[in-house]
Amino acid sequence: MFQNIGEMVILLWRTLLAMPVAWRQRQKVFEQFFEIGNASLLMVCILSFFIGGVIALQTGPVLVENGLSSAVGGVVGISICKELAPVMMSILIAGRIGSAMAAEIGSMRVYQEIDALRTMNISPIHYLVLPRVLAITVALPLLVIFAILVAWLGGGFVSMANNRIDIPFATFFTQLRRVVELKDVVNGVFKGFIFAWVIGVVSCHQGLITLGGPRGIGRSVTKAVVNSIVLIVILDYILTRVLLK
Amino acid sequence: MSTALPNQQGVSVQVRGLRKSFNGHEVLQGLDFEVKPAEVFVIMGPSGSGKSVLLKHIIGLEEPDGGEILIDGQSIQSADVMSQYRLAMVFQSGALLNSLTVGENVGLYLTEHRLKPPDEIARIVAEKLEVVGLKGTEDKMPSELSGGMKKRAAIARALVIEPQLILYDEPTSELDPLSAVTIAEEIVHLHDRIQVTSLVVSHDRDLAFGVADRIAVLDEGRILTIGSPEEVKRHKDPKVQHFLNAHFERGHGPASKPER
Repeated sequence: MFQNIGEMVILLWRTLLAMPVAWRQRQKVFEQFFEIGNASLLMVCILSFFIGGVIALQTGPVLVENGLSSAVGGVVGISICKELAPVMMSILIAGRIGSAMAAEIGSMRVYQEIDALRTMNISPIHYLVLPRVLAITVALPLLVIFAILVAWLGGGFVSMANNRIDIPFATFFTQLRRVVELKDVVNGVFKGFIFAWVIGVVSCHQGLITLGGPRGIGRSVTKAVVNSIVLIVILDYILTRVLLK
Repeated sequence: MSTALPNQQGVSVQVRGLRKSFNGHEVLQGLDFEVKPAEVFVIMGPSGSGKSVLLKHIIGLEEPDGGEILIDGQSIQSADVMSQYRLAMVFQSGALLNSLTVGENVGLYLTEHRLKPPDEIARIVAEKLEVVGLKGTEDKMPSELSGGMKKRAAIARALVIEPQLILYDEPTSELDPLSAVTIAEEIVHLHDRIQVTSLVVSHDRDLAFGVADRIAVLDEGRILTIGSPEEVKRHKDPKVQHFLNAHFERGHGPASKPER
């Protein structure tokens, strides 16, 4: 485990060192960015809408029964933007995109394509890791912003449609605006930015250390997703502690 | 593997006391041999004798446990030596990048190192593909090619580097006899045309005796003999004779067995 962590830190460092040549890889960054957006946008939309709805459904009736109906919009809004949107979207992207990264790089490793790159003096970090990490670093925070907006809509819709909450759509957003500040949204987007690096580096690392045939690729994919999610949850706690100050 | 592509003749390769173990199993047990500039040197041996591991050491993909490899007298472990010389390897599987077209694969070295403008790269790619008999396949994906075509595309990719040393890992494995002959002709043609040093590992006896200037026979990580094809054929070592003469006759089992 410690060897893996060490290797990931080294990979992260080498990827950061490769940043000056990022412009040369812009075509691959755009391709990866499009891939992430194309693969995730619909899922993000559905997931966010229902997350917003379920949070409204869970908290709304309790707040209303205790005479706190004016807090529904604020509670739903802040829990989505500071916590649920960045964490849920990162977990979704770890499963959807992290797994694809680990599988693609792992398959290239198993079928000697990465060895072929090295013999041509082409760095796998420049060619494979940097474009993927950069693309996910841009894409995930944008997806988090999109998810926050859609989840708020979901929360507002359920608050309006559910008889036990029964708060008009406009009132929900008025309540939300009273509580949620721009820094809260920035807080969530910042978490998405950090989690993007986690998913990119963990998934690419697992791909690069893949051994064996198809079974090895399968193992790498599973490890990439599980390790990313575990790190996201741990880092979420640490970041929340730091950002609360 | 440098950024300039001047025409130069092949380089020499010296392997001294090369050792490598994996999980306690010694795959290379102190190999010593030299490949002369512009020579076609074939390393033969049964599967698992350490041939591919040896190639990976020479191209710098593996670190040895002991010994050293010199290219034109300079250790490949010294800084910048690998970037001074243009080395290329044709992998057993071809190792074409499956996400790129054949043309993009062949031109990858020039594109990534930005050595030529795109139209010049396209011209070079077309020229190299024509050399290996794959004219007009630039836009195909590797999955659309047969095994032999993939290997020829991999040779074209190696040619783009204008190599001084080209390593072939089992170039005729998994190929039908006609494709194997085509690949053997490519190896000889290339050597004659650009005087590249060629190091071929194979267990294909027809290929080895057809293309080699010298042959080394490797078994269990040790070199049994080195010499010209005729010298190797005449070598008395029973393991060498067994490897060179083994054939199967129905009802008789293997026709040659080594004396233990």
